[in-house]
Amino acid sequence: MSETMSGAQRTGWLSPIAGSRLGARLIGAATALALIGLVELAIRGGIINRFIVPLPSEILRAIPRIIVEENVLHRFWQTTQEMLWASLLLAGVGIPLGALLHRVRILRLACETWVGALAAAPIVLMYPLFLVIFGRSATTIVMIGFAAGLAPVILKTLEGLAGTRQVLLDVGRSFKLTPSQQFWKILLPAALPSVFVGLKLGLVFAMINIVGVEFLINFGGLGQLINELAERYDLPGTYGAICFVILSSVVFFDSAERLERFLRPGE
Amino acid sequence: MIGESARLPAAADAALSRDARLLDVERVSKRYVTNEGVITAVDDVSFSIAPGEFVSIIGPSGCGKSTLFNIVGGLIGDYDGRVTVAGDTVRGTHPAIGMVFQEESTFPWRTVVENVAFPLEIAGASKQARLERAEHFIAMVGLRGFERRYPAELSGGMRQRVALARTLASEPRILLMDEPFAALDEQTRLLLGDRVLQIQQTLKQTTLLITHNLTEAVQLSDRVLVMTYRPGRLKRAVEIHLPHPRDSEVVSSDAFGHYVAEIWQDLREEASRGIRDDESRVLERRGK
Repeated sequence: MSETMSGAQRTGWLSPIAGSRLGARLIGAATALALIGLVELAIRGGIINRFIVPLPSEILRAIPRIIVEENVLHRFWQTTQEMLWASLLLAGVGIPLGALLHRVRILRLACETWVGALAAAPIVLMYPLFLVIFGRSATTIVMIGFAAGLAPVILKTLEGLAGTRQVLLDVGRSFKLTPSQQFWKILLPAALPSVFVGLKLGLVFAMINIVGVEFLINFGGLGQLINELAERYDLPGTYGAICFVILSSVVFFDSAERLERFLRPGE
Repeated sequence: MIGESARLPAAADAALSRDARLLDVERVSKRYVTNEGVITAVDDVSFSIAPGEFVSIIGPSGCGKSTLFNIVGGLIGDYDGRVTVAGDTVRGTHPAIGMVFQEESTFPWRTVVENVAFPLEIAGASKQARLERAEHFIAMVGLRGFERRYPAELSGGMRQRVALARTLASEPRILLMDEPFAALDEQTRLLLGDRVLQIQQTLKQTTLLITHNLTEAVQLSDRVLVMTYRPGRLKRAVEIHLPHPRDSEVVSSDAFGHYVAEIWQDLREEASRGIRDDESRVLERRGK
């Protein structure tokens, strides 16, 4: 009888390193550093115009300056807070809406296509409408981020719930689970991987739109800083600020992955 | 020593008095409406099982075995006839019937012990009580030491044992199994058969096994019911008088070989009909 399978057996030739989470992270970091090195070489070699893309080494040197002079940490916190609110809204509204569409067939048939269309809509262009409704405030930015990220959360929640293996539902029925137990004990945990794919996509869409609207309406956060630095033609500073946007994105993505592993262990 | 076998389905439970019956399946039929017309999956099937008895239903692919499993388990409600457990008519799933499915059915997000404790959790047992009960059944299926592992870390056979322990933890009066070892290799299947027999003999567990595997049916059962190819009817009941306690060594005995040959005679005819039917349907579709 074949017994248990180790993680190393499943990862093949990269097993000694990739078998561990730390190893995977090291490979990821090394890849990023190699790419940055290549860009540095390409700029120095004249393949990329340095008046459009500054040297990565210059960007690195600009980061302490923007931290001190441009109050970047405060702006980073502002953008992160907006992202936090948008993600809470995405989870709190998007997942229940996805579950509702799964539960009510007629609603699903009526709305699924529209929700899909919403995913492709350039929500950011509707910022004047949001400004009229919520004023020139952080609420406008949060609401645009939320609206932009909502569709993937709904659609992937729906997909995850609908894709739950019939045999798991039959197990629930055989133990006479109530509809509520069936949802909380089987459907939702089974759908979690797909729900988290939706949440991560939603976070990406929300982040792009939040920074984009901060840039457009020149209100707080990293987007506004990027706008100001770009207008001053401070390219290393602009790209340095973009690094903080990426950092914020990484923080949210990583948190989502950790939460997923906590809620859905055993994968 | 070969036991008596009955030729007619009505005789499948003739020896059982009404009081001795735990599970009664009475004149059950199930029809499906498809694009190709009405298909009778199960036709007028009747049999009974006594407490502590191990009965297998064997038949070729497409004979309605799984439909019958779903009807007895209460997963299909729309059928003709009646299924009762100790006189109580089964409408929907019944707490006295525990089901083990053919498909892998452990919850991947729960450890072995959490999987096995699942029905106890639903029943509202305290954490301590369900842990103790779960560990008891984990030991019974031979998975002691794997309590904190997740299903992804286990082999197919181990996962099926987890599913079996989970069902046993709900302490059903009737254990209903649908080809639980179908996806496993023959050696594993034989050894798991030993485990199932041990458990059945320890708990005196009334068991109904749906299978297409002849060896498995004879190795495990007190009685084997042979089904016809579509429409699925009971063709014959064969009493298996192999000695108890039994294990997989029994497969090398002459008596075992006789039973297998005897059942195969009936099954061969039905399986051949199934193959011919499949071929003619393919040809028909091509003709269109």
